Order: sequence, then structure tokens, then C-alpha cells
Amino acid sequence: MSDAPAVKKKFSNKGLEFIDWLLGRYPDKQAALLPVLRLAEEEFGNIDNDSVMLVAETLELSPGYVWGVLTFYTHYRREGDGKYLLQVCSTLPCALRGCRDIQHRLEEKLGIEAGETTEDGLFTLKKVECLGSCDTAPVVQVNEKYHENLDIEELDKLLETLRD
Amino acid sequence: MTEIKPEKFEKVLTKYVDQEGSASLDFYRGHGGYEAAERALKKLKPDEVIETVKNSNLRGRGGAGFPCGRKWSFVPKDTDKPKYLVVNADESEPGTFKDRVIMERDPHQLIEGSLISAYALGSHICYIYIRGEYYDAFLSMQKAIDEAYEAGILGKNVLGTGFRLDMTMHRGAGAYICGEETGLLSSLEGKRGLPKIKPPFPAVEGLFRCPTVVNNVETLACVTHIFDRGVDWFKSIGPPEGPGPKLLCVSGHVERPGTYEVPMGINLLDLVNDHAGGIWKGNKLKAIIPGGSSAKILAAEECDVGMDYESLAAKDTMLGSGGVIVMDNKTDMVEALYNILRFYAHESCGQCTPCREGTGWLQKICGRILHGDGRPEDPDMMLDLSKKMCGRTICVLADAAAFPCESIVSKFRAEFDEKIAAGDGHERTVHLGGPLVQPGALSAHNQERLDELQGGY
Repeated sequence: MSDAPAVKKKFSNKGLEFIDWLLGRYPDKQAALLPVLRLAEEEFGNIDNDSVMLVAETLELSPGYVWGVLTFYTHYRREGDGKYLLQVCSTLPCALRGCRDIQHRLEEKLGIEAGETTEDGLFTLKKVECLGSCDTAPVVQVNEKYHENLDIEELDKLLETLRD
Repeated sequence: MTEIKPEKFEKVLTKYVDQEGSASLDFYRGHGGYEAAERALKKLKPDEVIETVKNSNLRGRGGAGFPCGRKWSFVPKDTDKPKYLVVNADESEPGTFKDRVIMERDPHQLIEGSLISAYALGSHICYIYIRGEYYDAFLSMQKAIDEAYEAGILGKNVLGTGFRLDMTMHRGAGAYICGEETGLLSSLEGKRGLPKIKPPFPAVEGLFRCPTVVNNVETLACVTHIFDRGVDWFKSIGPPEGPGPKLLCVSGHVERPGTYEVPMGINLLDLVNDHAGGIWKGNKLKAIIPGGSSAKILAAEECDVGMDYESLAAKDTMLGSGGVIVMDNKTDMVEALYNILRFYAHESCGQCTPCREGTGWLQKICGRILHGDGRPEDPDMMLDLSKKMCGRTICVLADAAAFPCESIVSKFRAEFDEKIAAGDGHERTVHLGGPLVQPGALSAHNQERLDELQGGY
């Protein structure tokens, strides 16, 4: 279609190889959607409109469909997210062990509320549901990594490490 | 009930998890790993494998507790379609973190159990659907799978038997509903994780409309040990109608939260006191949710109970996912329930009206009670709503919200009534980390949302 919007992004060669491998693991292309969205997230840092267009083209799906699936899930990094995504678990087992103090401390130290990003683009703060780490509550997931058994002192240290 | 004394019980699922290198294939094989699968694949016919699992009375460890062997036997034998084995590693029920230990620290026992299961089902493709947040577990599983391919344990000629099995890790992306088996299959097909009406059951028409068995991580790890140590060993642990070693996750107000491998049927108070070190800070026990946040709560005086399917059912609750959430006497039950209801309202997929609306209404009503704007009729309204949400939806997420609501409101009614009577703007000390709403402490944005919340429905 000549009037289709041009896809501005490209996967790396390594990424394309991975997609080839992936497509061999499923009976149809659509099934590879979640892993290919992950790949886009890894290669571009987050998933924006251009990434959606690229993923849609790669898997022969409509961009609208890809948006629909993407927005159903909460764990993909989206456009505008900071370098560090701080996800504070707020579900009952963490709440019983003081996650609210952790949340308040982060809001205070970063000067933002849950759902917001610091002006320097370094931190995005999110309040999330159960991270499945209730025995080491309270827990904050920073990008992929879990930081467990946190208290205020360790939280402050963690923020300093991330800022450096 | 067969009584197993703790000192006679030998851990198998978590036997090696504290040892260095426990996740590697060398370590696993050095401790007898893959011998059970080799024996099963070489000496038993697929039907005999299914019979063995049936005889073991292994019940699913994911939440529903369905007999595993029976589930396997529903897969049609005379079909041209491919059959799929899907491992449910979505572990998303609040209070549950047991599968993570297996996947991070001893992943090969899951691969071995999956191998045996796939052989029994005649399945050549296995997907492990793991929640997106579990990145370390994903890496550990992927490494184990790579090792297994390299060693000829997976691939075209499994353990030299000619059996073929491909295994693929598939990461989710943050949706509780994908732990529900049909929601999981939707997600695996590259769709939103929307549950589907049953029947058809996945065993007949599941992934890509082909026969599919979905098993929990711990269930499949148990399969490994059933073939390693035998059915009699397995059945000697706990009540014979639902026996075996069980991973229980203890969280909340205890001295030592953690995953404990115990004989099925262990007394709940013994678990909390002996294993988890008792209630923290010398406080007293108030209540325990025994099987993940969707299980009905047990008040302190009801907690002298065996942790097995039947004993908990007799107390009108369930073993569920084995997530034991302990609350001490300072816990505000209205706030605890509000937290649970917020979770389910957030995670409802929105397909069914009783769930989409019901979970939101329950959260709002509980929220206004918590924030001092409750009305005298609210607790009864919550009970009524809970009743009307159950059994009216495609999946059981609505029931999962209604169970804790119904049980907490009825067992701790006085706390709800008290908050309502105390009325607007009274000073509250909320145990879960300081005052919830300090006058003037909220930003305009949050105040707006709170007002919305308190506006009722």
C-alpha cells in the first residue's frame, strides 16, 4: 500500500536473527508478538509508536492490533519512561511489611508521584501489583532487577548508586 | 490422616536450592538428575506414565488442585493435531513465590518433569509461560534449557530414546489474569490475556485450537520425584487423597518469611510458629489467608488446621497456591481488604460485567469505609455484591475477589461497623505504615482521585 505510513525504525541484524529463530518456535507469526515486543523494548529502550509500526510490519499484524495487545499488559517500558523504572510492589504482603514507607520515601526523594518521571529523565516511579517476592518484602523492581528486604537506609543507598 | 513427623520428612523439591551451582546441569546430574525421566521414557509406555501419576493422587499445585493424572487423560489419543504441553510459570497470586525458587535454583527438575509429562501426552512442543517480572528465573530457565539441548536431553532424540521435544521460554508482561489457564493460552497466542469459556477445555481445544495440558511448575517438579522415588513414597506423605511434599510460602507478619517445603497436611500454626519463627515483634496472631489472596481468610481461632486440600475445604477455604499471608493483631482489616480488592479491580480483564463492575464497586465501597465516609448499609452491600459476583463469569477472578471480601467482612464485621460509626474525618492510626490520609498531605492530583473514590458509584 502506497499510503501506508513508512516504518522509521529497524531491528538490528542480531535482532532479526532472533526473530527468525522465534518464528520457528510457533505455528504462526502472531504468537511471537509478546517476545518481539520485548525485543523492541530491549533494542530501542522503550516501545513508542514507531516501534509498534515496526513490530506490526515484522509480524504482518495491524498497528492497531499491536497497540491493543501492548496496552493490555503493564510491564513493557513505554515512551517517556525514565532510564530507571522504579516499580514499588504495593500488594498486601508488601503492604503488611511497610511498602508505603518505601513509596513515600521515593516520592519525597524524587519529588514525583507514582506514574510520573523526573525532569532529568532518570527515574520513573510506578506503584505495581504483586511482584511475587513477598518473603523479601518490601520490594522494588528497578528495570529487570529486584531489590529486596528494603528499608529506608538501603533505599537511599540504592538511589545514590543509580544516580552515579 | 497419615502423620508424618517433621524429622522424618525429607525435602526433595528444595533439597539443593541453598547449595552453590544447584541450577547447573552438572550439579543436577551429579545428584541423580534425569535418571527418572530416562527410566520412564525407556521402560514405560505413555499410558503407564499417566496411570502412575493417576495412582499417585498428585493434585495440581497452581491453585485449583485438579488431579494431574486425570487432566492428562483427557487429552485425546486419536488426533492428527499437535498436542501442547504448557507450563504455567506465571505465579501471580499475591502471597505466592514458590515456583520462583524452583526456576531460579533448581530448574532442571522442572525440565525433567516436563519431559515425562510430554512423553505421556505424546507432545513434542512445550512452552514455559513465565511472568515478565521474573527476569532472573527466566535467565536461569533459559540457561538450563540450553544446557539440556546441548546434552541431548531436549531436541530430536531425547536421552537417546528417539522421542522428540522442543521447549521454549515465553515471557509474559505483567497481567495477573495470564495465570488463569485459558487467559495464559490467549496470551501465548499473541493476544490480550482474555480467558475463554470452558468447554471446550484446553485438553480438547487449547493452544492454537489443539489439545493442550497446562500444568503448574511445582506440579511438574513433583512428577519428577514421583518417578524418582515411586508412588508409594509420594502417597506416604500427608493425606493419601492429595499427598506429597508441598511448598508453602509464608509472608506478612512473621519473623522468618520464606518458602518452606513441608509434608502436605502440616498444621498451619506449626508452619507459622516452627518454620516461620512465629508472629513478628512478639505480637499476637489475628488472621491468616492460607492459599493466596483469593482464599477465604481464617480468624486466629480457626488456624489450627491441616494444610491440605480436604482439611482447608472443611474450613470453607482452600489450599490454593499455597500462599500463606499472616496478619498480626495490629492489622487493620478494612485496609487489608481494601488492598486485596484494589488488586482484583486492577487485574480484572474486563470481559464480564459482574467482575469488571463488581471488583471496582467493592474497591470503592471498601475505600469509602476506610476513608471515613462509609454508610451503615455498606458491609451488607459488600456481602450481597460478593455473593452475586460468584459463578457468573468466564473465569474465577470475580470469585477470587468475592471470597476474601465475603470472609473478611463477615468475620471482622465489627471493624467495618466501627469505622462507619466513627464517621467523617476522625483521626486514624493505620498500622500498614503510618496514617493513610493526613489532612492536607495530599497533592491536588491525589486529592482529586480520592474524592472520586469516595463519591461512591
